[in-house]
Amino acid sequence: MSPREVAVGDTVESVLTEDLTRTQLVMYAGASGDYNPLHTDDLYAREAAGYPGVFAHGMLTMGMTGKAVTDFVGDGELLRYGVRFRSQVWPGDRLTTTLTVTGITEDDGRRIVELDIATVNGDGVQVISGTASAALPV
Amino acid sequence: MSSFTFPVEAGAVLLFSRAVGYPDSAYGDGKSGAPPTFVQSSAQFDPESHLRPKPGEPWRGSGRTPSGLAAPVPTAGSLHAEQSYEYHRPVRVGDLLTATQVPGKSWEKAGRRGGALTFTETITEYRDSAGELVVTARSVAVVPSKVVEAPAEDAGSGGSGSNEESAVAR
Repeated sequence: MSPREVAVGDTVESVLTEDLTRTQLVMYAGASGDYNPLHTDDLYAREAAGYPGVFAHGMLTMGMTGKAVTDFVGDGELLRYGVRFRSQVWPGDRLTTTLTVTGITEDDGRRIVELDIATVNGDGVQVISGTASAALPV
Repeated sequence: MSSFTFPVEAGAVLLFSRAVGYPDSAYGDGKSGAPPTFVQSSAQFDPESHLRPKPGEPWRGSGRTPSGLAAPVPTAGSLHAEQSYEYHRPVRVGDLLTATQVPGKSWEKAGRRGGALTFTETITEYRDSAGELVVTARSVAVVPSKVVEAPAEDAGSGGSGSNEESAVAR
């Protein structure tokens, strides 16, 4: 769907990953500078912190969800993007994001599109909820 | 309040874009800006970041022991509850941003499993070398006020669903 044709109520679903890997957690740690061992050190996560194992940085899920947003708005300009972290994301998870167009307004010759964002895991549990707005080229 | 300089480098943008799932064609040319959450990698340039090991300082990660520390890990620590960005203009490769962290509001809320949760907001302003605001980031961290025995409980692991209090460790 081209952003130029969007209407309120439109939804678009994207698969972020079919099978989240521990390697991607390591890539994100290195790229972001968040080396919290909870996300990369399985021994630490299990035996020192009491988790079943390593789990994804919330910011990795937000970053992956951000790709769904930029794919949708295309060469539009992102104005705002915010999320709430609702549940943890684990290696092996399948993640899908659904964007819903909740508003379209005109502002100074630009079209501003408002989006509702939900990323869920393979069990249908919401891991991220959020909103974004972007200025679309007219 | 603390402040540090964060250069937006082409290689760093490419590596970050790969880590969050973009093909190299998205941001690999060094001219297409940066992924929406890229400014989070300013942690690499924050001299006070507690998220990376520093030479000569103890680090909580497994080595000879699972925790890397002589004593057990004391608390569940801080969890990331919310994150948002306001973009005043796109971030571009070549920007020399100054990140200034400003403490925000703080509030308490009763947790679902008892005990109080303390939420703390941090605002980070990213300004370019002309002093113009580029991105305003807002982060909300939550800390359980009581030491919990199983950190996984308060971190909402195991698919506890969409409770208001749930949060993900940073």
